[in-house]
Amino acid sequence: MSYSITEPSSRQKTVAGFLVITYSLVTLIPLLWVFITGFKTPPDSISYPPKVFFTPSLEGYVNLFTTRTRVTPEQLEALPPPANFAEEIVRNRKMVIAGPSKFGERFMNSVIIGFGSTFLSIFLGTLAAYGFSRFKVPLKDDLLFFILSTRMMPPIAVAIPIFLMYRKLGLSDTHLGMILLYTAVNISLAVWLLKGFIDEIPREYEEAALIDGYTRFQAFYKVVLPQAATGIASTAIFCLIFAWNEYAFAVLLTSGNAQTAPPFIPTIIGVGGLDWPAVAAGATLFLLPVLIFTIFLRKHLLRGITFGAVRK
Amino acid sequence: MADIELNAISKRFADVTAVDSMSLQVSDGRFVVLLGPTGAGKTTTLRLISGLETPEEGSVHIGGRDVTSESPAQRNVAMVFQQYSLYPHLTVRQNLEFPLKSPVLKTPSGEIKNKVQEVAEVLQISHKLSNKATELSGGEMQRVSIGRALVRSPSVFLMDEPLSSLDAKLRADLRIELKRLQSELGATMLYVTHDQVEAMTLATEVGVLDEGQLVQFGTPREVYEDPNSIYVATRLGLPRINTLPSDLFGAAPTGASTIGLRPEHIKFGEGKECTVTRVEHLGDQTRLHVELEGHRLITLADVNSAVGVGDALKVAPKNPLYFDADGQRIRH
Repeated sequence: MSYSITEPSSRQKTVAGFLVITYSLVTLIPLLWVFITGFKTPPDSISYPPKVFFTPSLEGYVNLFTTRTRVTPEQLEALPPPANFAEEIVRNRKMVIAGPSKFGERFMNSVIIGFGSTFLSIFLGTLAAYGFSRFKVPLKDDLLFFILSTRMMPPIAVAIPIFLMYRKLGLSDTHLGMILLYTAVNISLAVWLLKGFIDEIPREYEEAALIDGYTRFQAFYKVVLPQAATGIASTAIFCLIFAWNEYAFAVLLTSGNAQTAPPFIPTIIGVGGLDWPAVAAGATLFLLPVLIFTIFLRKHLLRGITFGAVRK
Repeated sequence: MADIELNAISKRFADVTAVDSMSLQVSDGRFVVLLGPTGAGKTTTLRLISGLETPEEGSVHIGGRDVTSESPAQRNVAMVFQQYSLYPHLTVRQNLEFPLKSPVLKTPSGEIKNKVQEVAEVLQISHKLSNKATELSGGEMQRVSIGRALVRSPSVFLMDEPLSSLDAKLRADLRIELKRLQSELGATMLYVTHDQVEAMTLATEVGVLDEGQLVQFGTPREVYEDPNSIYVATRLGLPRINTLPSDLFGAAPTGASTIGLRPEHIKFGEGKECTVTRVEHLGDQTRLHVELEGHRLITLADVNSAVGVGDALKVAPKNPLYFDADGQRIRH
């Protein structure tokens, strides 16, 4: 039988496929469970044995976005018929909608702070990485080491100094404060990752652009940036994931105005008993932006290294 | 088009002097080839002219203007790189448009279209205009990169070993094409290479570089026939010039320590006895390796020569070149 050393046999492919699918299932089941729980009713969510088959309900999502008050059966009778499906679900539990919850606001805070700090990290990181990659910077190696050293301890180790500093500077519980904090944590990662990518782009391209009549900055913008797109995209995803999921500083430094979703979601539990569907609904919605962002940038991630028109 | 003038320029990198007080005059419309081995300072010289490097000493003039402190963009020079350096994220058309769209030239779009079309036709790449730059063969890439230099009608063309990464046939084709383009455009070209065939065939003048210094400058014939030193003599000519102790064939001019013999300086049938150690039939020429009193010589024989290994021959010098102990030429 003919065979190729580089091409795996069909049996090897089957085994590999089986392993990959098994691994994916194991890692995806918790996420799937969260997703499903979001569509259960509170009694279904805590029933034992756990229900795999159930009648889906939007109660979790309604509870996530609203605050509700309990009313007497007489009061419930006196009300006009429910205006929409949300009210109907709530009234079945002998309650009425009192107003919107803070989830939407907290979610927007997460979006502003997460994407804001990602943008700032990438913006500053790309410029710094380009500088380190291309120019003679005095003490370059030391500076790069200092930048990396900010990552050598868990960020939360400096929580107290930062807490005191932020209180003095009036940055506590502000969007700007959180954006700056997450940028400070992410920027070392961004500089190091991006420097690696920019180092890979031959200088000849910029030199060609300089001779073609462009300034150094235009050459950077028109020739280096498009080629660093892959690196920028993957770095952005790393930065966003950190800023999006960060919990400890968010708990410590935000309480109202700039509170992000991670510290908010657990507080749902305390509002009306153990409302797991609402928590699961919140977690599901919270996963979406990173998922969408990653899918959106996937093209750049998968494209890999461009085989440049420079011969080495 | 314009002339280039280098006045005693020097450039050092850390402890290495890449270009050492070099002066050079390239007249308008000339095709000057700088020849030298790796590390002789050829590429640094080009980069100093283009503005990618600035000299520590000396000045660069293009078209009579002192451009020493100007940026590459201000100098209006075009450069073709050894590694093509086509922008990989752009198509062939966008690569050719790139210099025309620069803030320095700001060409109107109608004109851009015409110029790109014109250049693409000259270089026979019209059918590849919408390809990505990365989807071309080596020869096509180098055509595009020459095209990128042509579109902008610069004051001078600088070429850094543009043909060295191509295969032999393409190199020969593009060599002829370059020469034709240059004479049609009347362009001033400064061309860097380590390939003596390119230097001999393309150049109106050859400059031979050694350790950052220009050691000889003249027409290819002058440099070949009348080299200043052993170094220059070995840079041109295939097979290479043979160097032997000057007294091997008897009387030599005073001060001479080496005699240089190119194949045309060797006369058969008289003089010293020697033995053929190897015969190489290259088709258009036949090379003889001979041993003469412990020294090895390579020379040419008639293509149809019946000489074989072990045969005895007599050789004598004919108008040879003599060099002193420092390798400098002794003229008499």
